[in-house]
Formats: sequence, structure tokens, C-alpha cells
Amino acid sequence: MADELLTARGIDLTYGGNRLFGGPGLKVLHGVDVTIRRGETVGIVGESGSGKTTLGRALLRLVDVSAGEIRFDGQDITRARDGQMRPLRRRMQMIFQDPMASLNPRHSVRRILVEPILLHRLASNGREAEARVLKILDRFTLPRAVLDRNPHELSGGQRQRIGIARAALLEPDFVLADEIVSGLDVSTQAQVLNLLRDLSRDMGLAMAFISHDLSVIRAVCDRVYVMRLGKVVEEGRCEDVFAAPKSEFTRALLDAIPLPEIDPGWLARKSPLEEAAAAESLPP
Amino acid sequence: MTRSLLSIAGLSAVSDRDRGAPILRKVALALERGEVRGLVGESGAGKSTIAKALLGILPRTVRVTGGTIRFEGRDLLTAPAAVLRQIIGSEISLIPQDPQTALNPGRRIEAQLTDGLRLRRGMSAREAHARALTLLEEVHIREPDRVLRAYPHELSGGMRQRVLIASAFALEPKLVIADEPTTALDATVQKQILRLIRGMQKAHGTGVVFVTHDLGVVAQICDSVTLLYAGQVIEEGRTADVLASPQHPYTKALIAAGPRYDRPDAGLKPVPQAVFDQLRAEIGIT
Amino acid sequence: MGRSFRAALCDPKVIFGCGFILVLIVLAIFAPWIAPQDPLEQNLMLGTLPPAGFVDAEPGYWFGTDDLGRDVLSRLIYGSRIALTVAFIAAGLAALVGTTLGLLAGWYRGWVETVITRLVDIWMAFPPVLLSTLLVAVFGSGLHSVIAAIAIIDWTRFCRVVRSETMAQASMDYVTAARTIGFSRFRILVSEILPNVAPVLVALVSLEMGIAVIVEAILSFVGLSVSSDTPTWGGMIAQGRQIIYQGWWVMVAPLVMLLLTVLAFNQLGDGLRRALDPMMRR
Repeated sequence: MADELLTARGIDLTYGGNRLFGGPGLKVLHGVDVTIRRGETVGIVGESGSGKTTLGRALLRLVDVSAGEIRFDGQDITRARDGQMRPLRRRMQMIFQDPMASLNPRHSVRRILVEPILLHRLASNGREAEARVLKILDRFTLPRAVLDRNPHELSGGQRQRIGIARAALLEPDFVLADEIVSGLDVSTQAQVLNLLRDLSRDMGLAMAFISHDLSVIRAVCDRVYVMRLGKVVEEGRCEDVFAAPKSEFTRALLDAIPLPEIDPGWLARKSPLEEAAAAESLPP
Repeated sequence: MTRSLLSIAGLSAVSDRDRGAPILRKVALALERGEVRGLVGESGAGKSTIAKALLGILPRTVRVTGGTIRFEGRDLLTAPAAVLRQIIGSEISLIPQDPQTALNPGRRIEAQLTDGLRLRRGMSAREAHARALTLLEEVHIREPDRVLRAYPHELSGGMRQRVLIASAFALEPKLVIADEPTTALDATVQKQILRLIRGMQKAHGTGVVFVTHDLGVVAQICDSVTLLYAGQVIEEGRTADVLASPQHPYTKALIAAGPRYDRPDAGLKPVPQAVFDQLRAEIGIT
Repeated sequence: MGRSFRAALCDPKVIFGCGFILVLIVLAIFAPWIAPQDPLEQNLMLGTLPPAGFVDAEPGYWFGTDDLGRDVLSRLIYGSRIALTVAFIAAGLAALVGTTLGLLAGWYRGWVETVITRLVDIWMAFPPVLLSTLLVAVFGSGLHSVIAAIAIIDWTRFCRVVRSETMAQASMDYVTAARTIGFSRFRILVSEILPNVAPVLVALVSLEMGIAVIVEAILSFVGLSVSSDTPTWGGMIAQGRQIIYQGWWVMVAPLVMLLLTVLAFNQLGDGLRRALDPMMRR
């Protein structure tokens, strides 16, 4: 499996829980298996509480898993400490949902983009680093003037592009995109998705694209994992899963999406899962 | 000849904070009784501003510079405060966007549902309680008495939104403003809530102004739609017409820009700069 | 960062606070040249003279004299030396210790946090007045004891606030982003978290300086501060209280000075916090 870049097998993740006093904690991931190959874009889709965001962070070793194995480029990183991870960090990057929250408001854009380059010695001095930054700004159609600004002085679309640029500048092998287009206008969303697709093609990036929106997943992903309550309920190539979903949950997710065409039966049509939960109630 | 329920004409507003930058440009919008009209636009298009104007809660930094908002023939912009107080909350109500923040975390659901009933309809505690139970049943909440006793944090997002919908319809309003009521919800929950809103609206004959940025939602529950850009109405009409044969290039581009799970090539066509240039020229923005 | 400081300088509160304190600093440093009289010189012939403008006022003694004939204005000016010394050093020490421990507790968590928070809880259980009198008893009265007392008692205030602010910062996505990039934990603490904790810290330090001035005044009022010869505002208030009917100005002048100084520190802190923070929030 030489083309497998990032693999996760049997991942369990439990939050909280008190080892001393035996409290149970909350199990957020149950036996999750995920494989991401070089150059492919994998979608991870689910509703809130599905565990998709936690899975993403587990893959990047931002949180510890309770059981299972994670391998990056053949290397076992399941229990890797910060020191071990540091050389690998350059190769696995992340783009966040809210660029307002993921760009330090007290740093200039220049600082945000240049420091990582210098940290990983992709340039030997500030001037070289800035040259690289300027090149990518051009590619992302961002004016040079943004370098001197702080994130809150820019538009949402610009901020999102800077978040992507920050990840791309390190020339990683793998990028995790966590709900990066949720909350963007349809037109900006299309721009960002295009950018991402071109980037991934040019750099041969492997990508994990987390989203709650199956339509967006369809636009950018080769394969998809459908998650529900911490488990993977379906996976496969996008065209297969979308054309003939095997899991009832996937069918329910697809059915719930309103298309911009009049469909008189859509509203009344209930998925089998919905029939089962006819009315909402409080937990006992 | 039935008078329109709602008729907005020539509504213009500017932002005092932004050196008089226009927020709304001569907006016109009409709503009949029992009609659901979608108010669509990207962020900053002005749809929230219109919703706030209808509810009389425009921020102080926004100034109306012209136009009328006729609700059942009466201009809300010039009506005396006492009349407005009578109308807003009773004949015009709101389904808010965020179920998290719209409910007071320190009060039980019953208190928040019965506030309006007791204050506006003079019901006693017992009468209001009974009516609240009925309302919760209408929005398909099982064990309504338990829910009434509960606090907001004990309910799921979907349940909270149902409570808010119940609250919006409690006083039998003639017009409901739904301000992106499903944006914060999962898709499966969204569908249930949309179904609920459509059902309640049809059952009570209420007119709805449905603010959203999602053309899919518009297609499925709105009878008519108004599309805004930079505070100006770009296109409007019956939903079926606008979506099947859009007239303005912006409308066409917007429809084409949205991703679709049934089409792998959709979702990667941003609105072309030429369309934006044309829009700006038409509206008169530099 | 520069831009927000420039904005801060335009805020009226900051202008007032900063201006007043700068004046005080000038007075303190150049006291020997500015003060019209020798603050320690006693002259019973000129005892209890009223301030300028009143009947019997003596030229050259603008705020009058106390019962020992010492010039009130000069003593006020010299008193600012004590006040400012205590304000800057005591508040500075308390801030340094409290902030360091707060940052460590909030960022590294685990046993570090447990130890530090327990320490703070226990420390705060001690009655502060008891602690300061104890310190003075051990180290003897004097400025060093006053400064030590303030720092030792008030560091916990900084620790608590900085810890909770650090924890709030640690959950921000830009901290997570810094981790994914591979910065060391220490680097993240200093370059991502600390700059965002700074606004709160600045406000707290200014507030603390005002508190330090008052505490010093209280301690010198009860005679636990520097020797009674050295002019301090608290000491002046104590002395003035005894002759309040014969010479009200002896007590009122230092009282007003105290008020204005604490007000200045508070306004400065308030203005700085608001100028540094909402810049980002907007």
C-alpha cells in the first residue's frame, strides 16, 4: 500500500473520564477506519455530533486517541509526543472553518505567513521567505498590501484565502480542511473550492475535507466517509455512494437537501429514519 | 379585492456609521395573505435589514430615508409608537435565526411561551398553560408538559426551534418573519423544521417573509421570491418562474454557482466578475 | 500592535490618566528643583498658615503649612516619590509573579495547574491585613516592607485573571493552528497567547497601581510605612486629621492628591483596555 499516506485503524476516542475515580467520560469515536491515499481528496461528512471534527483532529494528532493506530507515510504516530511530531508537522497541515478565529488578531498577515516558513527552514532569511509569500499571494489574487494588515481588516473571503495560503506555503503532503466553506456565500464558496482543487492538483496534495454539506463534498471529493454518532456508516467512491447509497442514513442525508428546483413531493417525503422518530422528545 | 397583507414601496435606508452608505435602495416587496415569500441574497445584501425594519428593530445607526411599509394598509414607518407596540409581537412575529440565543437560559420554556399569551391576551396562568400545551403538540413535541417544565439547555437545537416556532404562532399573527430559521440546524432537522413552518403557515393562513441565502430552501417552501444585491431588488416573481427561467444574469449565475449532490460539476462556478460589474453599473455603485 | 497604541493615545481617558501620571513622575524626579520649600524644614513661627488666597496666607507657601510650619505643597510633591515608587514597584512585582504563574497554570495545565491553583486558594484565605502587619513586624517598617506586603498579597489577583484568560486563549483556533504548524509550546505561549492576554493585564496593572498607592497611604496613616519624617500622603492625612479644625488644608490637600492619582491610574487602565481590545473585536 505504498500510495497510502494517512491511515487510521480502529480509532476509539473518549473525552473526559477520570482514571482515578473511574468516571466513564464520553465516547466520541467508535472503531473508525479511514484511509487517505496520496493525491486524493476524501470527504468526511456527518451532522453535528457525528465525530467528524474530532476525527480530523485525531488524524493530525491534536488530540490523543484512546485506542487504535494512526500511521503517516508508514510511520506509527499514534502516541507520538510533540517532539516526534515536529518534523512531520510541516507535512500535515490544517485549514480552519473560521478564519477570524484561526488567524491571530494581533499578528500582521506578514508575520502569520512568514514565521512558519522560517520555522521549517524553507527559506534561510526573512527576505527569501517573503518572496515565497508574495508568489502565493499572486496566485491567490491577494494584493501585496494585505501583508501589512491585521486579519480583522480584511474581508471574509480574503481571510479564508490567507488561511489556505498559510497551509500551502509549507508544501505539505496532506491537508485537513475543516468545514472551510460553511458560512461562506455561494459565490465565495465556489471561488475557495476552485482554489483548493487547483492547489491540490498542482501540489499533489492528499486532502481530508470535513463538511456537513453533501453537495459540497460532491463537488470536490473523490471518496467519502459518512459518519453518524462516532461511527463510519458508509464509505466509497463519491459517484457510487451518491448514485446508490447503501446506508439508510446516507439516504436520509441526501433526501434532506433541498435542490433549487421545484419538487412538489420533497417536503412531504419522509426518509425511513424520520418515520422512526415521528415526534421530538426529551431524553428520559 | 383583497388588500395586500404587506406592501413595501421605495424603501431606502443608509448607514450613519458608514458615512451615509446606502443599505437599501428603493426596495419594493408585496405579500398576500397566506403567501410565503423568500427574501434571498448574499451576506450584506440587505435582507436582514428589511426584516428588522418590518419588526421595528432597526439599529440606531441605520436611518430610513424614504419609502413606506404598509401592513394591512397602515404605514409602519409613520405609525405612532402605541400602534406599533400593538402590532409587533402580536400581528407580526419573528422566528429567529439562532435557537441557542433566542431563549433565555435562566427561564423555563413555559415562562417564555406563556409571556405573550398572558400579557397580550390577558389569559390566566392556567389558560396560558393549556394553550402552551396545545401549541407544543402542534409543533410535534412529545411530552409537552415535560418540555414546558424544562430549561432551554435541556433541549436539542431542533426542539428549541420548534418551541420558537410555537411561540411565533402563539398569538395567531397575520405575518411571520422567519429570519434564516434553519441556518444553524443540521440538514435532516432543517427539513423537519421547514415542513413544520409550511404546515403551520398553511393551517393558520399566515403570510411569511422567509429570509435565507439558500435557493434550495426557497424552491421547496416559498411561493414567491425576491432576490437582493447591495440593497436593491434584482429580480422577483413566483419561485417556479424565477428558478426555471431567471431573467437577470446575476440570478442565473447564482443558481449555477451552488453545489448539487446530483451533479459532480456543480459548485465550482463563481459568479463572474462581469456580472458584478454589470450589477454595479445598473445600481450605480463605483 | 503599533496601530492600536496610537488609537489608545487618542482616548480621552488615556490622555487624562497618562498626563496626570507623567506630571507626577516629573514632580517626583525633579522634586528638589520644583518644590518651593524644604519639606522637612520646621518653622513654628509659620505654623498652620492657610493656603494662598486666604487671610494670613504667607507668600511662597501655596498650600499653607502644617502645625510644625512645614510647607504642604512641598511635602505633597515629595510625597509623590513614595507613592509612585510603591505604585510601580509593588504593582510590577505582583504582576510579574502573578502573570507568570497564571500563564503556566493556564497553558501547561496538569499538575502544574493543580499546584498553582491550590496555592492561590490557600494564599487568598489569609486575611491580608494580618499578613501585612506580620510582614512589617518581621522586616520592620519601611518602604521595602510596604512594597513586599502589597506584592505578596496581590499577586493572586493577577494569577487568577491571567490563568482564566490564558485558558480562553488556548481554546482559540489560532492556537490550534500554531500547534499544527509545529511551534513549540513555549513559543506559542509567548507569541500567540501573551499578546492577547496583554489588554486585560494592562488594565489590571493600572488598577493595581492605584490600589498600591492607597495601601501605602493606609499603612503610612497608621505609621507602618516609612519614618514619619519622610513626607507621605498617608502620613500627612494622619497628621492633618489631628488639626482638622485649625488647618483643614493639611488633610484635604493630600486627600485630593490621592484621589486624583488613583483616578488617573484607573482611567488610564480603563482607557487602555478599551482601546487595545475592541480594536480587535470590531
